[in-house]
Amino acid sequence: MDEIRALSAQLAQDPQSLVFLRLGEALRRKGQLEQALRVAVNGLERHPHLADAHDLYARILTDKHDYERAFDEWDMAVRIAPHHTGALKGLAFLYFKVGDIEQAEAHLAAAKRVEPDDPTLDQAFDMIRGGVKAPPSPPPQSPPPAPPQSPTLDEARVFAGLEGADEGLLLVDGAGRVLGGALRDRAGADVTDSVAAYLAGVSQEAARTAKLLGLGAWNGLSSEGEHGNVHLAHPTPQALLLVVRERGMPLGRLAILAQRATIMARRWLERQ
Amino acid sequence: MNKALDMITRVRGVRGAMLVSAEDGLVVAEQLMEGIKGPAVAALAASLAGRLRRAMDAAGTGAAVFWHLQAEQGALLVVPGTGLLVVAVAEPDVNIGLVRLELLRAAEAMV
Repeated sequence: MDEIRALSAQLAQDPQSLVFLRLGEALRRKGQLEQALRVAVNGLERHPHLADAHDLYARILTDKHDYERAFDEWDMAVRIAPHHTGALKGLAFLYFKVGDIEQAEAHLAAAKRVEPDDPTLDQAFDMIRGGVKAPPSPPPQSPPPAPPQSPTLDEARVFAGLEGADEGLLLVDGAGRVLGGALRDRAGADVTDSVAAYLAGVSQEAARTAKLLGLGAWNGLSSEGEHGNVHLAHPTPQALLLVVRERGMPLGRLAILAQRATIMARRWLERQ
Repeated sequence: MNKALDMITRVRGVRGAMLVSAEDGLVVAEQLMEGIKGPAVAALAASLAGRLRRAMDAAGTGAAVFWHLQAEQGALLVVPGTGLLVVAVAEPDVNIGLVRLELLRAAEAMV
């Protein structure tokens, strides 16, 4: 408690100092999570580009079982400082918790490259490898299992009557699986599956970008390409819609077309 | 560089503009209003640009010339240049066409 008092006094004397990192951590270790959270948030407001501040905030959020926000904070820390081992270990921990052993190991390996002599990394590797054989307990916030594809799914009906339904409209789920529509490239080749696979990443990145920039939820993404224009929208939080048209179609008109397709996709998804 | 960013930020509703290294997402130059986290914007814009490029390549539309992310409380507008991204953060009611023009001009000036 003396340490906390001393650190609080130091911070009061110089609010701009980085002593908030030590104070926040000391409070966290004592289990005083609300106070720790306040210290971390105040620190982040003054030092928004400090990876250590995002790391501290993430650790407190993890203690509060707010894993989603903790992930965002550690992710931000790594973007600011790609070799931040604390954040890499934190991300590994969260991936492990949701059962993504491959990503957990990849993040630990990245941390190991930075700090090869860190014994806690070996312990973490052991725990993860042990967890593969016999997980100690079910992760509290595992992502829900993906719903099986309905055998009655009639892909063509999703955009029935809409121009380009089988060559320039695509509906995918959050994991990049095709729900409806189809895409063909300029040579006429079917590129549906390859584009769908990339789209899952785009959707998550767009959501994260808008959220972290304080722009609220994202509504759409329009892009002018050298040979064609695309518009992305999300009819439901999990699904993603892509409309592709030739370069001649202005982005504004493409957005209107996407709006119509979004309504159709939403109705179709509700009926499934 | 700063003159090019000046022209973008003069457009009403633009809260900031920056030049970002497309490869590593680092800020090259910036003119941002208070409260916008430059390095975060840069990193996220570069990451999203990379993912979008791969999806558009697969779709056969070629490289993106201009893209914009629309959100409830604003927009992120990007013109990819040679190794650089020209980025603007704007209010939701900004004139997208005008910002697009200034971003394209800035990208051209960088060549």
